[in-house]
Amino acid sequence: MRKFDLVVLGGGPGGYVAAIRAKQLGLNVLLIENNELGGVCLNWGCIPTKALLKVSEFKNNIKKFKDFGIEVNGKITFDIKNIIQRSRNVSKQLSNGVKHLLKKNNIEVIKGFGSILKNKEEIILSILKDEASNIKISSKNLIIATGAKPRLISGIDIKNDNIWTAKDAMVPKSLPKSITIIGSGAIGIEFASFYNDMGSKVTVIEMENRILPNEDLEVSETARNIFVKRGITFLSNSSLISVDTSKNRIISKIKFNNKTIDLESEKLLLAIGITGNIENLGLEKSKINTENGHIVTDDKMRTNVKNIYAIGDVTQPPWLAHKASHEAIIASETIAGLKDVHSLDKNSIPSCTYSYPQIASIGLNEKQAKDKGLKIKIGSFPFLGNGKSITMSASDGFIKTIFNDETGELIGAHMIGTEVTELINSFSIAKQLETTEKDIMNTVFAHPTLSEALHESVLAAYNRAIHF
Amino acid sequence: MPIFIKMPSLSPTMTEGKLSKWLKKKGDQVTPGDVLAEIETDKATMEIEAVDEGILFEIKVDEGAENISVGSVIATIMEENDSEDDMTSNLDLEMNNNSQVIDNTNNNPEYDEIKALSNLDFDEKTINEDRIRISPLAKRLAIKNKILFKEIKGSGPYGRIIKKDIENFSRSKELLNDDFNKRIDVQDNNFSDVPHSPMRKVIAQRLVNSVNEAPHFFLSVDCNVSELNKVRNQINSGAMKISVNDFIVKASAKALKNVPKANCSWNSDFIRYSNTFDVSVAVAIDDGLITPIVRNVERKGLEEISNEIKDLADKAKKGNLALEEYQGGNFTVSNLGMFGIKNFTAIINPPQSMILAIGKAEKKPVIVNDEVKISEIMNVTLSCDHRVIDGALGSLWLNKFKSYIENPSLMLL
Repeated sequence: MRKFDLVVLGGGPGGYVAAIRAKQLGLNVLLIENNELGGVCLNWGCIPTKALLKVSEFKNNIKKFKDFGIEVNGKITFDIKNIIQRSRNVSKQLSNGVKHLLKKNNIEVIKGFGSILKNKEEIILSILKDEASNIKISSKNLIIATGAKPRLISGIDIKNDNIWTAKDAMVPKSLPKSITIIGSGAIGIEFASFYNDMGSKVTVIEMENRILPNEDLEVSETARNIFVKRGITFLSNSSLISVDTSKNRIISKIKFNNKTIDLESEKLLLAIGITGNIENLGLEKSKINTENGHIVTDDKMRTNVKNIYAIGDVTQPPWLAHKASHEAIIASETIAGLKDVHSLDKNSIPSCTYSYPQIASIGLNEKQAKDKGLKIKIGSFPFLGNGKSITMSASDGFIKTIFNDETGELIGAHMIGTEVTELINSFSIAKQLETTEKDIMNTVFAHPTLSEALHESVLAAYNRAIHF
Repeated sequence: MPIFIKMPSLSPTMTEGKLSKWLKKKGDQVTPGDVLAEIETDKATMEIEAVDEGILFEIKVDEGAENISVGSVIATIMEENDSEDDMTSNLDLEMNNNSQVIDNTNNNPEYDEIKALSNLDFDEKTINEDRIRISPLAKRLAIKNKILFKEIKGSGPYGRIIKKDIENFSRSKELLNDDFNKRIDVQDNNFSDVPHSPMRKVIAQRLVNSVNEAPHFFLSVDCNVSELNKVRNQINSGAMKISVNDFIVKASAKALKNVPKANCSWNSDFIRYSNTFDVSVAVAIDDGLITPIVRNVERKGLEEISNEIKDLADKAKKGNLALEEYQGGNFTVSNLGMFGIKNFTAIINPPQSMILAIGKAEKKPVIVNDEVKISEIMNVTLSCDHRVIDGALGSLWLNKFKSYIENPSLMLL
């Protein structure tokens, strides 16, 4: 039986990063992946959806051509097949990139389904390759990075061609005339934005009293106003009761403000969250603790069982690719015995929604900060006051910053508008370096840039904004 | 002069690439700016443009070829004045130089510097004593709370003081400032106040709980360890070194297996009996103690037990114990024999039910068959939680333990 220092189960943004870091630290590593390298993120999540959303950004920009003095004579048309094909090509290119990276680092990859057979002094794993052959290997350490799958609603059968999960929505055979989306988190909103821009009639069902319920209330409200203006229908405080698929259409029974309504659409997309891939891994036998379908770990990504670690979507929220990659580094460095391995501060993980307009945030929102009893200072700056966004004819949205009034700590930043998913990283660095409002105020921002709005938002928190 | 088109490097770490497409063919006239070929790497595709004018004389790698080393010649361009002989002779020269080119990319000084930096031990070598590294937020918090920067040990990169360090420091200070301390004259310099470490707080809380909640009673017995020492000396004459404590751990597990009713813990609604025989070992560490646990002791040999205890004690001293390495179990061994302590009573480590306090083994006169003989005697004292262990049960266990210690060969069974 072959022996390894570390086996990584799953080759997504958690798993492949863990394998490379461990190899850098001199460990003998094996990566086991059952599907494509790069995981959901690269193949069926972050990356292909960003490729699709770039198309809707183009489409929106075309509408602005006239403002810029450009006349397009003749019809602008598109073929959804080509749009999907490009998105798939992008995924393929990056998945190949991961393959190259692993090869460059001399990391062995076995395609198959790995599971824990025994866990005594060493961890014995079985790898099922294409249903037929089964090999056994032994390892001192294990990182479980098996990711997650869409959360489903009992009684709603995703085998039906008209009922989609995110993966189906990335590769439609044709453009649906209408689509009902259950859930208004990042995934639901990104697809709502895309399909609406492509011309589908979009209705979004949200259980909470507002869309994007994890974001700051003001961001939620602004997003809703912009989306509604662009033609998306939202039903908040509503939930899906049942689905009738008998007429090759979807008739969704929706409970909405204490009454029940029927909503007809061509497709139904479930975007109510995810649940960890914890089945058939041998977790029960090894007595690895799980909670609500996800593995429980400590801040060094250790499970309750010695030498077994878990990272990424299979663990506790937030479920974000960059969190998985970060946890990968922590797990591999801990296994290699490095000292001073830093822990992940869950309040310093940015999150992004790549709809049109984009939404990005980090840290606590206003309500969370107030619920914690913190004395806060809030600054807000609209892109309307930012020169660069006027030149771009993209002045929807704002940046909101929240500071601890007593210490000047940056507690949270919340933004909606053009390219805010790029701007958010400035605040990630600010939070990591523990800057106070003073440091950001004293920073020189290049002019003209969208980032100046970030500066002004901090100034505004202390009633010092210049441009608004 | 012939012009050599080489495999470009698209990133500092790139060592090889793929030639995905030729856009010119052999014999084509090329002018600056013409795209010759497309190169593909991990993530990017890049076009190679001609920078000189001439005729594409030779294509050295086929379309679709992979793993082409950076710097290797992929095509040659013939300039107006070149002859065909020029082309071949110069190419040989260029190919010979090639391996060197690649070596250079691997050994470039920047790379080594990065490597050197990552090997630095930040703790010892990079903290300049005169300079205090502190984040802006930590600095403000420290000033606000009137804390001297130099009192704080930074846990950030390069020993930088961060918010967490100030918070931990203030929390321990707050505890000092409770009512009791306020009554002390703060001007008096005849004492120094050391804030509680997190470990000290845990020890305090758990042991107060134990004393308040678990009714302790104590059973004491003398064990004759003469026989045990004989066996131990035999074993230790080789490379293997087994301590008396290793025997005690083994004997404890054996006794637990013989008296399974004692292998239990008190819980609010039930008594939990364990099916495995695990023994915790008290280990003194800087500013406190911790009790790592040896599991399934009854199944392990002395050597394995000894190695495991060493390994756990080592980890405990470095603060590297994982949660499952010190939680659980029903029974602890605490040995102060090495400090010359004759006997003592220990406080039970909750939610366990027993703890065995081991004293120093000493030569003593013992009366055997009305004759005075010299034997080595070790006194042990068992503390029991009376909620789950009654006097008879505790005594039964202790006698079993004693019989294993006095007849070590029984442990082989």
